Amino acid sequence: MQQTRVRKRPKHLALHQIRMPLPSIVSILHRISGAGLFLFLPIMLWLFDQSVGTAEAFEAYRAFVSNPLIKLVLLGLIWAYLHHFCAGIRFLLLNIDVGGDLGPARRSSVAVLVISLFLTIVAGVALW
Amino acid sequence: MVKRIVVGAHYGLIDWIAQRATAVYMAIYTVILAIALFSLGEYTHQSWRDLFSGGFMAFATFLFFLALFYHAWLGMRDIFMDYIKPTGLRLTLHLVVVFVLVGYAGWAAQILWRLAA
Repeated sequence: MQQTRVRKRPKHLALHQIRMPLPSIVSILHRISGAGLFLFLPIMLWLFDQSVGTAEAFEAYRAFVSNPLIKLVLLGLIWAYLHHFCAGIRFLLLNIDVGGDLGPARRSSVAVLVISLFLTIVAGVALW
Repeated sequence: MVKRIVVGAHYGLIDWIAQRATAVYMAIYTVILAIALFSLGEYTHQSWRDLFSGGFMAFATFLFFLALFYHAWLGMRDIFMDYIKPTGLRLTLHLVVVFVLVGYAGWAAQILWRLAA
């Protein structure tokens, strides 16, 4: 008992040495995707504005989003939205005490990562 | 007379609930929009416009934007509280986020109102 207390524990924030468990990866990706979505809000609002605007605005919008590089950025945003969506539902369930045990929490983390990636691929295939 | 409670943890609780309530609304809206897009048939400029100019969808979409901006405010505030230690910088960032989000809300209203007209 005493021995565990005196054992020297590494105390560092070296990110390459910290091994994050799956739930914490989902958690930090939730935060990163949220920040990313916030930063791209003006571009997405602008695109929505153009897409429901005049015929000329719509054509300009179509030309803009048909650029493969823009498509890639938008696909990244779609992933961010879907990850934030899936991880958010997981957090809501955790809030009402569903799936809080270690096993279910790990499995639902995998589910969030897999489902959001799968839906991103579906959206990518549909929109490309 | 305005009754203000200046002590206690209730403000945090309201934010906590608001973050989740806006999340639930946005999740429901996302599913409704996905269904609407699937049942759109052919995707044209006109059908896309009509989707958002109907009374229900215009209302639901505007509510989605408001929920999104409130949710974004709470999330960005949490991020700044965690990572930005200098008080002056943190408060400045808070104000910038509030200002741009209020601006976005006006922009979203303008987009949807122009459609309905």
